[in-house]
Amino acid sequence: MSAAKISLRGVRKSFGTHSVLNGIDIDIAEGTVVSLIGPSGSGKSTLLRCINLLEPIDDGEILLDGIDISLPGFDANPVRRRIGMVFQNFNLFPHMSVQDNITLSPVRTLGVDKAIARAKAAELLERFGLADKINAFPDQLSGGQQQRVAIIRALAIEPEVLLLDEITSSLDPELVGEVLDVVRELKTSGMTLVLATHEMGFARDISDLVCVLDGGHIIEQGLPGQVFSAPQSERAQQFLERIIRAGRL
Amino acid sequence: MGTITGRRAAYERARKRRSTVVATVSSLAVVTAIVVLVPKMPRWDRVHESFFNGERFANSLPRLLDAFVLDIKIFAWSMPAIVALALLVAITRNSRSAALFPLRILTIAYTDIMRGVPIILWIYLIGFGVPGLGIDRPWNSPLIWGSVALVLTYASYIAEVFRAGIESVHESQRAAARSLGLSSWQTMRHIVLPQAIRRVIPPLMNDMVSLQKDVALVSLIGPIEILRQAGIDKSKFANFTPYIAAAAVFLLITIPLTRTTDWLIERERRRTTGTRIS
Repeated sequence: MSAAKISLRGVRKSFGTHSVLNGIDIDIAEGTVVSLIGPSGSGKSTLLRCINLLEPIDDGEILLDGIDISLPGFDANPVRRRIGMVFQNFNLFPHMSVQDNITLSPVRTLGVDKAIARAKAAELLERFGLADKINAFPDQLSGGQQQRVAIIRALAIEPEVLLLDEITSSLDPELVGEVLDVVRELKTSGMTLVLATHEMGFARDISDLVCVLDGGHIIEQGLPGQVFSAPQSERAQQFLERIIRAGRL
Repeated sequence: MGTITGRRAAYERARKRRSTVVATVSSLAVVTAIVVLVPKMPRWDRVHESFFNGERFANSLPRLLDAFVLDIKIFAWSMPAIVALALLVAITRNSRSAALFPLRILTIAYTDIMRGVPIILWIYLIGFGVPGLGIDRPWNSPLIWGSVALVLTYASYIAEVFRAGIESVHESQRAAARSLGLSSWQTMRHIVLPQAIRRVIPPLMNDMVSLQKDVALVSLIGPIEILRQAGIDKSKFANFTPYIAAAAVFLLITIPLTRTTDWLIERERRRTTGTRIS
């Protein structure tokens, strides 16, 4: 593995007295796909929000290219332009057209010329099969289309890493495929991806590294083949058994 | 499918016809009762003479309309100031920056104090008090300081309307904007405020209708606007008809404003829910 793009060292986070992350260590190599799996409430989403600096961590380090971005007072805005994020509920801006959703950040934060940003948005929409939706508003799109627009919006700032927070969890089953196809294409293009997911089959196929979280700890970490077929820890075995019994793998 | 649609359409038509008939008949009955019964009251002739005197109405109306221009002026320059100040207060109160903590305390004190005292008292206190400090003409005009009192009180109410709107925008919208690298001010400006303002337009219009009437309170410290002019005419001719005429002039403005508000509320409801349960 090459040098880590993002390294988490002993990351801890609690909300009040409820401790959500209890010392997380992960190395995310450039150009790899890392999946975070585990039961609901295990800390997957919080971990992604911490990496994006949406939540300040209580202890530990988050290194981006070796620089600790989690230091208190570190300017978060430039970091967030390097680390894109896509949310479970899309979070598109409902008062803006698809085009404006996509061009907002490039124009306002990167100072990209409006015409150039629009051309780029059109190109991205074309690439992901949404060219005809450029002037639509979020409420006029299906869930799958909204989530694809949200991914394009995150890509428009040309991030080095993309965090995907359970991006298929609020989609109808028949719409999950179109969104996962987009993720596969991103992997092919060499993007570094970190995804929290309940799509176990997908995680097994696409990941270079799988981390199983439970109670704010990483209880198992390794290659997908190894984690899914021969988990070492008892709790990881129990979790995967439940998944298999529920028919999700 | 066609037969169902046809049957439903016929049913709806019949029902609509029936409602129209009921509404027309009941309205006619009420109006007739008023027109027939009220004049039968023992003192009707005197009330008619002193409140509904056609000659006095026609005589006062031009003067009242002239005076009403001042009401419209006060409204016109107060309204933008109110909206601007209210937005500033609401944004300050919603800011999460630690550096703005003293300002946040100040805005809370401001809204509490301004909303806790009747408008009319503020008009007296500011309208008489500030010029009393010895400010030179033309800056000692009660018109200016009366308007300032209106602006300060109304802004405190409307700031709360804006605050409710800002707080109604879901946290996930902020998260999405910040994750794209927007600063907290850019998030407020491009994501939160546009959605917040859209949602509070109906209550905002409601306050505007209210302001349009409260402008008349400024007359209490001197300026001759429509209410004051009506009072002068009333005293001069010992007849209350000018007040009725003034009321009519107010309705001329407030009814269209109120209708517009209802229309906006209805449009917003249709836009957000897209359906109507009868």
